[in-house]
Amino acid sequence: MALAQDVAESVVPAEIGESQAERVAREADARDVRNRWWLSAPAIVIISAASIGPLLIVVLYSFLAPGDYGNVKWQFSTDAWYNVILQRDIFDDSLQWADAHLSIFWRSAKLSLWTTFLTLVFGVPTAYFIATRPEKTRNLWLFLITIPFWSNLLIRTIAVMELLRAEGAINNLLVGLDVVDQPIQLMFTDFAIAFGMVYVFLPLMVLPVYASIEKMDFRLVEAGYDLYANRWQVFWRVTLPIIKPGIIAGSILVFIPSLGAYVTPRVLGGGKNLMIGNLIELQFGQGRNWPLGAALSFTLMVIVLLALMYYVRIAGGQQSRQGHA
Amino acid sequence: MDGQAGPSGAVSSQSSSSAKGKGDRKVAVTAERVSKIFGSGADEVRAVDDVSVAIRQNEFFTLLGPSGCGKTTLLRLVAGFEHPTRGRILLDEQDISSLPPYKRPVNTVFQSYALFPHLTVAGNISFGLEMLGRPKAEIERTVDEMLKLVRMSELKNRRTSQISGGQQQRVALARALAPRPKVLLLDEPLSALDLKLRKEMQIELKRLQHETGITFVFVTHDQEEALTMSDRVAVMSKGKVLQIGSPRDIYDRPAERFVANFIGDTNFLEGSLESSANGQASIRLQQYGAVIKAALPEGKVPSGRVSVVVRPEHAALVADPTKGTMRGRLENIVYFGTDTHYHLRLVDGHEFIIRQQNRRGAIEGLATGAEAGIVIPDDAAQVLRD
Repeated sequence: MALAQDVAESVVPAEIGESQAERVAREADARDVRNRWWLSAPAIVIISAASIGPLLIVVLYSFLAPGDYGNVKWQFSTDAWYNVILQRDIFDDSLQWADAHLSIFWRSAKLSLWTTFLTLVFGVPTAYFIATRPEKTRNLWLFLITIPFWSNLLIRTIAVMELLRAEGAINNLLVGLDVVDQPIQLMFTDFAIAFGMVYVFLPLMVLPVYASIEKMDFRLVEAGYDLYANRWQVFWRVTLPIIKPGIIAGSILVFIPSLGAYVTPRVLGGGKNLMIGNLIELQFGQGRNWPLGAALSFTLMVIVLLALMYYVRIAGGQQSRQGHA
Repeated sequence: MDGQAGPSGAVSSQSSSSAKGKGDRKVAVTAERVSKIFGSGADEVRAVDDVSVAIRQNEFFTLLGPSGCGKTTLLRLVAGFEHPTRGRILLDEQDISSLPPYKRPVNTVFQSYALFPHLTVAGNISFGLEMLGRPKAEIERTVDEMLKLVRMSELKNRRTSQISGGQQQRVALARALAPRPKVLLLDEPLSALDLKLRKEMQIELKRLQHETGITFVFVTHDQEEALTMSDRVAVMSKGKVLQIGSPRDIYDRPAERFVANFIGDTNFLEGSLESSANGQASIRLQQYGAVIKAALPEGKVPSGRVSVVVRPEHAALVADPTKGTMRGRLENIVYFGTDTHYHLRLVDGHEFIIRQQNRRGAIEGLATGAEAGIVIPDDAAQVLRD
């Protein structure tokens, strides 16, 4: 409703009621923090060595020419960047859209969004259920949610395959119940990839949403009921806005690894339903085109960054408002 | 639902008999032999135990009692957050026992205020009206009206985390009053405020109740708050309502030991009932060699050994021990400025306290250790039911 002006309000300094003593203490704290910057030196070293360094190498490689047997030739070239979305016709050398790449981008975006949406649909009620259990059983439920993390991603994905394949559990059940005459093709479809990713990433949605529901003041829900809101209205108008930070965090945690997923589409999508992660891997393996791989990686990063900025903009409008609530 | 065998019939007769006086206004909320039991078996807790109360329209009604006495549970039963295990809740003579909170024309001011942190002051106040589907123009008008009523107009667009505790309290009030509920429930709304603010809000609440004409049901453990603000008070203990009456009734004529003890200071005297007529009795205080007049409680007339209460300010002190109804030895004199408390030791070792206003030229020459006379006027003592 009056959201725009609320956001404007929130930049008004909060220290209206601050006393002289409090201000002195705060300034002293700030001085301490400045004087101890070197305590953060190890972190700064790791971040620059392990994050910024490789990033620069990726950018550098993307502007070089591919070597004959992998690796790169030290020769400036922008071909890799063209090849991200364009391709040269084999016969007349004209530039065309790289349909294969574009369809992979599209599939990646589509499957990641579906995964995020489905983890939300399944994860929020699950988190709500856990958060409203008595304290003792709550930990048990959380434990059950985190158990899959203990086993290898590949093993878990192959287990999903066991469920989905033609003689797998789901098809056996469907055939056994005479729902279908013969096994339906589940493996090597976009459905299989989405199914696998929802399964793998669900805990990443449940945990942050649980954390925000758990610290929510349930008297607010009562206040909602008291003010003539039914269950549905209370959920949309009270609960959801209050647990929004958890939902935003969960969505980001699910969306980013989904977009770059490699193992799940590789195993469940077979060779044909590629996602960006597989396409990048291809360039460093069979494709022997490291610069293109680097350019694709960087493109993925930019997509993630733009998607994040957009998402936080539309969904996180009131995050700052809840900051010191 | 009806016809449940309950342990206490005295309470319901109490509530109906207290309906006299002050003109019979229509009843807004009725609790009919309501019980609320949490848990089961050995863990069973009778939070509210066979309570019957009739709250009149446009009344400032207070549920008073120590924590855990069931007053908040009773309030939550009226609000609809809990449903009675037995008995019925009626609003304007209609049974609302099974309605969810959002279908009851009743609003609550929560102890913690429970303001929505994601909404502004105005957004909080308009919430109920929006849920009721009122037209936009009407909502805006009502919100402005409410803001004016609680004197918060200039903070309309603030976030609830940006305003002080007293201001949050006002917003919570405005939010609950905006849909014009038939009954406003207040769950210890002032307990989080400091003393000065609390006094201000007490006056504010009375003003709001007067201006809106809405029935207020107020829950508190603060006896002073209950006495100063209420039209009628129900004193609760262990899930039961012990006494319902005007603050003056409750204070001057406590019917049970708990009530006398919980509200104000009291002297308890043990004696035997000699004779009774027209609600008045003669009580022989054997051990002090005195006979005093005392008022009998409503309902069942006690007999034999009885307890009598005398408020410290209703008794008087005289320097000459022979001039008093009974006598005692002065042990302690505590000067409070406006009045003085005299602590006396009676012959059987019990303590008796007298509070006297400090007028010019009041009792002189009294010193600790001296014998003094205690005067108990005819209208000062009250016989307890138990």
